[in-house]
Amino acid sequence: MSAAPLLEVRDLTVRLGGPARRLEAVREASFALAEGTTLGIVGESGCGKSITMLALMGLLAPDIEISGSVRFRGEELIGKSQRELSSLRGKRMAMIFQDPMTSLNPVMTVGEQIGEAIAIHATALSRAARQARALDLLKVVAIPFPERRLRQYPHELSGGMRQRVMIAIAMANDPELLIADEPTTALDVTVQAQIMELLLQLQKERKMGLVLISHDLGVVARVANEVAIMYAGRICERGPVGTVFGRPGHPYTRGLLASLPKIDRTVESLIAIPGSLPSLAQRPSGCRFHPRCTFAQSICTRDDPALLPRGSVDVACHFADKVETS
Amino acid sequence: MSASSAPAKPRSFALPSHLTLPVLLGAAITLFWIVTALSVDLWPIYDPLDMVARRLMPPSAEHWFGTDALGRDVLTRTLHGARSSLIMSCAVIFFAVSIGSALGAIAGYAGGFIDNAIMRLVDVTLSFPPILLAMAVTAALGPGLENAAIAMIIVWWPAYARLMRGQVLAVKAREHVEAAVAGGAGHARTLIRHILPLCWGPILINATMDFGQVVLLAASLSFIGLGASPPTPEWGSMISEGAIHFYQWWICAGPGLAILSVVLGFNFLGDGLSDYLDPRRS
Repeated sequence: MSAAPLLEVRDLTVRLGGPARRLEAVREASFALAEGTTLGIVGESGCGKSITMLALMGLLAPDIEISGSVRFRGEELIGKSQRELSSLRGKRMAMIFQDPMTSLNPVMTVGEQIGEAIAIHATALSRAARQARALDLLKVVAIPFPERRLRQYPHELSGGMRQRVMIAIAMANDPELLIADEPTTALDVTVQAQIMELLLQLQKERKMGLVLISHDLGVVARVANEVAIMYAGRICERGPVGTVFGRPGHPYTRGLLASLPKIDRTVESLIAIPGSLPSLAQRPSGCRFHPRCTFAQSICTRDDPALLPRGSVDVACHFADKVETS
Repeated sequence: MSASSAPAKPRSFALPSHLTLPVLLGAAITLFWIVTALSVDLWPIYDPLDMVARRLMPPSAEHWFGTDALGRDVLTRTLHGARSSLIMSCAVIFFAVSIGSALGAIAGYAGGFIDNAIMRLVDVTLSFPPILLAMAVTAALGPGLENAAIAMIIVWWPAYARLMRGQVLAVKAREHVEAAVAGGAGHARTLIRHILPLCWGPILINATMDFGQVVLLAASLSFIGLGASPPTPEWGSMISEGAIHFYQWWICAGPGLAILSVVLGFNFLGDGLSDYLDPRRS
């Protein structure tokens, strides 16, 4: 890893509900992302993936308590003013949201929206220059008939096209970091593959750092260099994709992988992880996974395991050795 | 649902399904009064201030709505009354909507202390009965059409503030707003470009419906002598003058029908507009 990674998150903790309730949505999340690499963040809905990303973009409501450190090219983001963050957002770090149906302004044409994304950060550019740039961006994201699309409204486009427009908007100012929050979840399977290909191609061409939030393990395995598995607000395992998925050291990772249906094998029933994700208000004591864990011992109910290195992977489990060998 | 609005029976002409009879009627009435207000000076009718016939004449071929206590033609005065009523309504609605939606938008967007400060002011204003508040303000400023208009703006802006605030709150939570902020948009840009353009529907509907209500309240203020001063042809003051002459019903009938039709027309129109702008319409 080079001297200052593109993005370095250390002990990021997010508390909701004001000082009275202090619900920990994310606890001590740490990860780093080198330039031009991809980090996959995997976990069930509600485990804190999206909140982590919103926190590091500075997009959470001001009454939400954030602690820890987020360094973007060595520059601390936590504690920066909204004005300072605004000048970073959309320019050096961009975000793609899950649902392209609702993420575009319904009353602005595609051209206006891309043009606006450019205008926010390149104020000197003329309208004509912005529109020319918007047209180029639509070509970059491989939208057919780009000239016509510029004048269309979002409701005239299909889901895949809209996600391409979202990507074009994110690309408008050549960001160094792109956060994609489940960019393909709302799309058809065939379109999903196209959008992922597009993201990967853009990442390679522009040497962007990409954070890919997903619950699609297949996509993450294929696309990401590193992966972080989140459970109930904590990162429970983190490391190179091959190692984490090949020899999972955390029972939750194992469970996730085991619950995937395999196309080449006939199974009687799918293996599910028993139980469900604990709610934010009732996090179990000790290791948060212990009520659903087959490896759980009494220590797991008392002691929350730290994320400790095991070879190239970091695992937060008291029985990581046992999990891996079993 | 959509099948019912399809051409069920053969007709010689087909109208879009949202143009129902009441909407067309409302549009026609509204249009009639607007044209009247703009062009009444050119019409071949009497002068509204001239005493053209004997006083208190019942409706006849020369004077369709009869004459009033001073022998002036009631129909002429009613038609001329449209001008002050509609100009007044336009002004009141314009300023009430501008002030109300600006403050409401700021309250909804900013939240916290600013929201509380603005909305408590709204609550206080709305807690007075509208006619009472309008009377009090007009009485304090002195009678006259301008002061009545100011009073009505004070009465009306809070409703728009409340409406706009609710709209902004709802739109603010939408994902495209978050996406805009994630793209680096500042407060002004987020509010003006990404929130407000989606908020106007209910404001527009309410404004259309309120048009008639403003005409009504303006007439009420004039009726009790707080609006237009006597020789001016104004519906409220005409009714007030006619009210003394109980058996000469036609003096009140002209302006009364005018008020009725304006209120009805704008309500029909507003109803149609709300159906048209309703996202759930089939």
